[in-house]
Amino acid sequence: MLFDDCLIRIDQLDFSYDDRAILKGVAMDIPRGKLVAIMGNSGCGKTTLLRLIGGQLRPARGALLLDGQSVPDMPHAQLYALRRRMGMLFQFGALFTDISVFDNVAYPIREHTRLSEEMIRDMVLMKLNAVGLRGAHALMPTELSGGMARRVALARAIALDPMLIMYDEPFTGLDPISMGVIGHLIRRLNDALGATTLLVTHDVQEAFGLVDYIYFMSGGEVVARGTPDEIRASTDPLVHQFVYGETDGPLHFHFPAPPFADELTREIADA
Amino acid sequence: MPEPSSKGALGVIASLGHAVNEIAQRLGFVARFFAAILLYSGQSFRRIHLTIREMYFSGFQSLLIMLVSSLFIGMVLGLQGFETLQRFGSAEALGIMVALSLTRELGPVVAALLFASRAGSSITAEIGLMKATEQLMAMDMMAVNPIARVVAPKFWGGVLSMPLLASLFSAVGVFGGYLVGVVVIGVDEGAFWSQMQSSVDFRLDIWNGIIKSFVFGIAVSLIAVFEGYDSIPTAEGVSASIRRTVVNSALTILALDFVLTSFMFRGL
Repeated sequence: MLFDDCLIRIDQLDFSYDDRAILKGVAMDIPRGKLVAIMGNSGCGKTTLLRLIGGQLRPARGALLLDGQSVPDMPHAQLYALRRRMGMLFQFGALFTDISVFDNVAYPIREHTRLSEEMIRDMVLMKLNAVGLRGAHALMPTELSGGMARRVALARAIALDPMLIMYDEPFTGLDPISMGVIGHLIRRLNDALGATTLLVTHDVQEAFGLVDYIYFMSGGEVVARGTPDEIRASTDPLVHQFVYGETDGPLHFHFPAPPFADELTREIADA
Repeated sequence: MPEPSSKGALGVIASLGHAVNEIAQRLGFVARFFAAILLYSGQSFRRIHLTIREMYFSGFQSLLIMLVSSLFIGMVLGLQGFETLQRFGSAEALGIMVALSLTRELGPVVAALLFASRAGSSITAEIGLMKATEQLMAMDMMAVNPIARVVAPKFWGGVLSMPLLASLFSAVGVFGGYLVGVVVIGVDEGAFWSQMQSSVDFRLDIWNGIIKSFVFGIAVSLIAVFEGYDSIPTAEGVSASIRRTVVNSALTILALDFVLTSFMFRGL
């Protein structure tokens, strides 16, 4: 066991879509109160792991404990009770496009509490203020830029002060300024709310300056783990390739294919 | 799924079996989805404003197209009916003809066809796009059940709107028939209304028409919400779902109409 106080414990977790194995024997401990990144190339199973933790998918095998409770064995009602204490930020925000920014943030509060409209208003404005968008509360989601939409989604994700916040690729498609803003918010909200944060990303620069601990995944397995400094100094060729963005290494530039010369000569023969 | 071999009769049988398999599987999904909607309907009925809101969107907003179409259909019925009945010297029976055609058949069927293309397609598009933009998944992660919150209200909104729309359709259609038959052509007004009143049976004609439209409402709404929920979350996927909603609804309405008519009016 790596950490004493863990919010999430994952052990020997297998998951596959049909016959295609996505996760193979994943083991991970997520310490409470920390900001942990799960990194790896596209398609390595990072997002799948988030969906397993959220209980949207069931693993084929293995243990997944969240706050001491086994997520895969949970009945629906209990899972929903647990999800009220989780916040998740989707890649592109997933705001409800038919209601305003204010109503989006108020949505989980209205669904799950019986607070008065006055109190909801105070809470929503407080959350929007935390992400710097109190002034945008009357806008519709379609009127927001990509970075703003994600900040609103972040305000919605933290509306009920969750114990666990999960981010699925929060930096994708953002300009450097928005990226910095989102990164800063992720760190600040984690510390201010006393929450635990899981950050799925492949953005090396942004994540390394932000997180406490990194799990590095490839091909559905955890291949490296450590603090940003430990990962940066890793001699593992795969980690090195990823961190320094080299085009070729253990992960090949070319999709598997027969030798090019064979393919060229075969085309001539076919013709 | 096994790729049927391209050779010979065996290949044809294999692909036929494959297609049947696929249809059966899809029907199974629809049935399970329907069961889920019913299961979570209680939850959504507790917040009845959600369903009323959907009735406004799919029912009230379809009113204009319904009323205009029904007026024209009634007017055409008046013209054609008069032409035919006059040959047998029974032009006064125009009122019966118009009213029976509308309440028994045209009202429920045409209203349902229009409803499928006006409201059904937009229900599918909305749910499909919510799925494509991860809104449904976000809702689920917020511990809000998307079937209870989004699907069931849309389903019931459609089911409850359909009989109301069909009734209005028939009523305005009768008025269209009156306009052409009585006001323009000059059929006797007293005969038009009194014959209609004496020959149209409430239970047999009007009530059966309402039952029909209720059944069509269930079919169209179920197809629309299912196709949206089941759509592949891409632009092509959503457009294919909308197409399936319109095509499948139309076929289902017409097939169900035959079955219902056989039971109701022929007592099969």
